[in-house]
Amino acid sequence: MTQLTASRSSSSSGGSTRRRRGAAGGVANPDGLWPWLFVLPTLLGLAVFYFWPVLQTGYYSFTSWGVFGGAEFVGLKNWVDLVQSGVVPRALVNTLLYTAMLLLGIPIAIYIANLLNRPGLRFAAFYRVLYFAPFVSMPAAIALVWGMIFNSQYGILNQFLGVFGIQAVHWTSTEWVALIAIGIVGIWSALGFNIIILGAGLRSIPTDLYEAARIDGATNWRQLISITVPLLSPSIFFLFVLSVIHGMELFDLIFIMIGDSNPIKGDTHSMVSLFYREAFISNDKGTGAAIAILLMLIIGILTAIQFWVQRRWISFD
Amino acid sequence: MTDVQKAPRTVTRKPTGGRRGNNIGAHIILSIGGFIMVFPFLWQILMSLSSTAEVTSVPPTLWPSELRFDNFLEVFRQIPFLDQFWVSVQVAVATVVGQIVLCSLAGYAFARMRFAASAIIFAVMLSILMIPNQAYIIPQYQIIQSLGWLDTVQGIVIPTIFSAFGTFLMRQFFVNLPKELEEAARLDGANSFQIFWKVMLPLARPSIGALAIVTILAAWNNLLWPLVVTSRAEDRPLSVGIASLNGQYVIDYPVMMAASLMAMAPILILFIIMQRQVMEGLAHSGLKG
Repeated sequence: MTQLTASRSSSSSGGSTRRRRGAAGGVANPDGLWPWLFVLPTLLGLAVFYFWPVLQTGYYSFTSWGVFGGAEFVGLKNWVDLVQSGVVPRALVNTLLYTAMLLLGIPIAIYIANLLNRPGLRFAAFYRVLYFAPFVSMPAAIALVWGMIFNSQYGILNQFLGVFGIQAVHWTSTEWVALIAIGIVGIWSALGFNIIILGAGLRSIPTDLYEAARIDGATNWRQLISITVPLLSPSIFFLFVLSVIHGMELFDLIFIMIGDSNPIKGDTHSMVSLFYREAFISNDKGTGAAIAILLMLIIGILTAIQFWVQRRWISFD
Repeated sequence: MTDVQKAPRTVTRKPTGGRRGNNIGAHIILSIGGFIMVFPFLWQILMSLSSTAEVTSVPPTLWPSELRFDNFLEVFRQIPFLDQFWVSVQVAVATVVGQIVLCSLAGYAFARMRFAASAIIFAVMLSILMIPNQAYIIPQYQIIQSLGWLDTVQGIVIPTIFSAFGTFLMRQFFVNLPKELEEAARLDGANSFQIFWKVMLPLARPSIGALAIVTILAAWNNLLWPLVVTSRAEDRPLSVGIASLNGQYVIDYPVMMAASLMAMAPILILFIIMQRQVMEGLAHSGLKG
């Protein structure tokens, strides 16, 4: 058997690449039905649990749900309610604000990643662990810890600020301020991941560029601005896209840090926490679906804008 | 890690006097930053060992008068921690195994097999990556509910084992392997499955590792989906259990800190043991994604 195959192949071994290329007509596909066995489980699963549900959610956004289930088509009512309610636009503003804060974390990450990439820097691996630990920590758990740090009465932050004569700030129970507090946690939590991604990009920048710059007398800062940032632009762009998507899906931190008894709860929703409340607490699946689809459209638009800007600004050379 | 190894090559050849001086500044900034990064963890540990009175005292008690390890035992009394821990473990293991099996099969087929419309199917599959979770959670919940899987591990796990991202990640790996490997095996009479199983899959260990890391992090830490499909405390994973501590009327802060520490510790410890693989895996999957 082996001999047979061997002899058959040796006759055509010289042109094996060409044979593969033009296989459509001649040699039968060696894989037969195997590929379908390989992909079908995943494709069926994705169809049942993802593709069909997205379409269903789209349909649900035009329906109203009775107390005992059963959807009734109501046209654009949910969508009109979204705009008029005031709660959804506010949640959208909150979410955008949080997202903007996450983006502020990227320059910090560039700065730290650049420091970590210094030639001959000792303990770099140790520093990396310190900066990266928050990223692997359960958001629900770190939200509780930060909630304690931000606590207005006995949180360590206010007590620390008090040393400098700064009055106690109600970090998590003042409108807008709460979003800043959550944004700080978000930046802290994502910093390590951003540093890792940028670190991988930094390593691909040829070191002789820096040597040439140093010979020309360029300062570290100048090297960062003129060499590192432009050559890192693909990684930076990738982090922008990812941060926007991640920021727009804010849920864990706001859900835990702004508890049910918090007086600003009503005004301090993110799109996803509002979605959760409508769809699963109030059991208003129609409104929930409309919020989800709205969020999907906004993320799509923001991502498209970024790709459009990227075409004009970023060098992939 | 790699740049640490690479660094001496570029540095040792030239006089380093000036550079070393600069690195002191870098160490100062990195240390201060590093302290800020780990401070919440240190504070969490201190609070978990304090009494309620110490946690709520003004000015703050920086170091508890006695270390109260009882707080950790109290966790088991106040929440069904062991049940929730077991749910989390099952969810993480099942999700990782499921994704590795399904994604390497599908990723391999998309990378190295020829079948009708494969390019189009792949492109359509990737479009799911643009869609936020919320846009499919309501119908997913209805499916799980109609299967009678609410409050079960399979209810939490099953929808998440099908992953367009994981399939993409594995495809990116397989597509770069040399064609000769496959042809040599085929000459030896191996069929397509044997080539995948015996030749290709063993080579994919780094990518499988990267996928496992991304998946285990997501599975252990995920909050929204398990929050939606579970309602009984003992059927919920730790992420949901920890989140619900916040809503209680009488809040026992040290116990809350102890519980949150215990919930995140397994992944943190795993990360510290495997730090290099985790960071390389994430950089790898991040750059490819």
